[in-house]
Amino acid sequence: MKLKPTPKFYLRASLVIGVLLWLALTLLDLLRVYADTSGVGMEGVSEKTSDTLEALFFIAFIIYYKLRIGKAESNNFVDLIWRVFAIGLVTTITALVIGLFNDSIEGSKLSENPFIGKFLFSINELLISLFLISTFVVWKKLILYQKSKRLLVWWNVFEVTIYASLFFYFTGLTFQDSWIFKTIYGVITLMGLLLSANLKWVAYLNFKQKWKSILLILLITIYLFYFFITVYVDPATDETFATIGNLFIISLFTFLMFYSLFSLLVILFNLPTSSVFEKKMEEAINFQRLSQSIQKGENENQIFDVLLNSAMSAVYADAGWIEIIRDDNEPELRTRNVSRANITAVRAQIAQSKSRTVLKSPLERSSENDRVLVMLRKSNFRSVLIVPLEIQGNISGYMYLLNELSDGFNKEMINIINTFVSQASISVENFRLMGEALENERYKEELNIAKSVQRALLPKKLEHDTCFDIHGFTQAAAEVGGDYYDTFRLSEHKFAVVIGDVSGKGTSAAFHMSQMKGIFQSLAQLDLSAKEFLINANTALSNCLEKTSFITLSYFIIDTEKRMLEFTRAGHCPTLYYSKKEDSARFFQNKGMGLGILRNERYENFIEVNHMSFEKGDILVLYTDGISEATNEEQEEFGYDRLKNLLEQNYHYDPVMIQKVAISKLYEFCGNKDLNDDYTMVVIKFR
Amino acid sequence: MIEISKATENNYLLISVHGEADASSSIELDRQLREAFDEDNSKILVDCTNLNYISSAGLGVFMSYIEEVNEKAITFIIFGLSDKVSKVFTILGLDQLLTIKETKEDALAEIDGL
Repeated sequence: MKLKPTPKFYLRASLVIGVLLWLALTLLDLLRVYADTSGVGMEGVSEKTSDTLEALFFIAFIIYYKLRIGKAESNNFVDLIWRVFAIGLVTTITALVIGLFNDSIEGSKLSENPFIGKFLFSINELLISLFLISTFVVWKKLILYQKSKRLLVWWNVFEVTIYASLFFYFTGLTFQDSWIFKTIYGVITLMGLLLSANLKWVAYLNFKQKWKSILLILLITIYLFYFFITVYVDPATDETFATIGNLFIISLFTFLMFYSLFSLLVILFNLPTSSVFEKKMEEAINFQRLSQSIQKGENENQIFDVLLNSAMSAVYADAGWIEIIRDDNEPELRTRNVSRANITAVRAQIAQSKSRTVLKSPLERSSENDRVLVMLRKSNFRSVLIVPLEIQGNISGYMYLLNELSDGFNKEMINIINTFVSQASISVENFRLMGEALENERYKEELNIAKSVQRALLPKKLEHDTCFDIHGFTQAAAEVGGDYYDTFRLSEHKFAVVIGDVSGKGTSAAFHMSQMKGIFQSLAQLDLSAKEFLINANTALSNCLEKTSFITLSYFIIDTEKRMLEFTRAGHCPTLYYSKKEDSARFFQNKGMGLGILRNERYENFIEVNHMSFEKGDILVLYTDGISEATNEEQEEFGYDRLKNLLEQNYHYDPVMIQKVAISKLYEFCGNKDLNDDYTMVVIKFR
Repeated sequence: MIEISKATENNYLLISVHGEADASSSIELDRQLREAFDEDNSKILVDCTNLNYISSAGLGVFMSYIEEVNEKAITFIIFGLSDKVSKVFTILGLDQLLTIKETKEDALAEIDGL
């Protein structure tokens, strides 16, 4: 089984290795003491071994803390500082306990035991090292907060130098007598100083956090100072002890001290301005809330409430309200800290007040959009700021902000309010647009239903017998249209064929078309003559068509036994007829009048009924004016002549093909223009 | 787009229609005609010389006044229809119910002849 090391594994491993190294180091030191006292030579173990162990011990703990603190992706700075402080506290207490212990055994035999002294010193050293390393890791995190690429490079150089200094002892040089040591120390100190200027994190502390940080860092600084004295032995007083010969420790101390002091000072000086920063943060958060405020289940009023609250807190207003104008209703009010009665009083005061400042907005043209600043005398509120709310280009309301102080609003505040208001307006606008989009979606859905209902109204199968073939085609410009065609078998050899066009377009036309279908299907059952049919249809429609609507029809009765046509035209565009015998097409010239135009008995006077016989190969083309009046980009109409020529050229095809050719020619003629009317065509070819 | 102007000339009201009478502009046409009828004009002439196009909605407007013309015995004459527009009137059968003249002179002659 292969074990994959987890970060936790590394964390534990580094800790164990660190402790083991420390134990080894302590053991070595103790051995050395033993060797000294017993006079046994320790030549086999050089000083260098000890130093190497120490360096490795540091590295192990650096890794440990890096994993532990570096991992914690916390931006809670106080928390981080607290960790350092806690380690420092433990170290200090231990050091004190050791000190007390040493004092208590003073003069006793124990105090002369070099092993105890060495061992206790070793523990103390361990803890101080831990404190230093943890402080270093935390300070790094603070310095690198909101880092730039350049800063990161600088820091990495610095860190590597510090680590490299761990191995400086190989040179055997000391601070006191080596200028190389001094130079490197100087360089590290300088780098540390420069890096210590990175204190961006301080800005993000609030007032309370700043106080806490000051306290904690102050204590950390004291620890650092105290530990330094513990470790550092002045060469002047005791020359037998090595002074801090370790470049790593001395550099680390210096850097940590600098950064602590810098932080302390910066936080201290930032204390008075922190309220301003907090305010700005709050504004930013409010702004964000305004822009995010449209969530599921929320409505416009919530946006207005957020606006009012944020605006009031941003400008320290004591009260305020928003008037929302909706349609013609009484404006809706959203209020805070102000009663209705108070609002009326303030409004009256505003109307009377002579001290009003109009703040022109440079982006707006009309005076409606002006922000107005009014000073009041007799009210408990002394200044009022009125800001119009413009949504989708219209003034949809006004926000009133009230302050108990006169001159309560400055330019800065008005600017903030303007941003808030425009953001809120955008939010409301989006909300409304979304609502409209949903509504439109619903209408579309309804129209689709209407479309399928209307589809169902058109005949699926056209009645005919072996004497003729028939084919129908229709295409609506909108979802639904006003064109209609249908057939009915009146008797074994008699067929009624109808084509109609309802005035107007779209939904209203579609409704009338469905009425027409009802009328046709009812009347056709009575096997009426063409004239009777029109009279009855006109009477029926007169009662249900609105005043300006009418329906045009062509009505045909095909008698396949007698091979005769009976037809009449109710204002519909003239039928095209191709005669095989004459090898030419013509439009019927019969007179007639649309249904619903004359809504009384006089209508029958305007009906003309025609009879004619048909021959094999004759073609009847019924269509609606959408086809004859279709225009191309030059506003030229498709017209009757094109239709006639088309039929004369394509008479040899079957009805389906004739329709297909005609419609494709029509589309070709119109070009890319959208359909602007309904197209319907019924082709009958006699056999 | 439609533009309608009205002028009282001698003893009649002249309504001049410019542009196209489609579904939307027909509302304006209806409004103007309604006004003319409500003013109790007994002689109304409609100049359609500059009427380029008329849709079924436009025809519906003229159609809706036929009854009123007959009931109140108003002289209502349309003149100057272009071939295209005239054909639309004829196909629907409106020419049988409305007085349609070719030119203004014909229309005026009709008034004088009354």
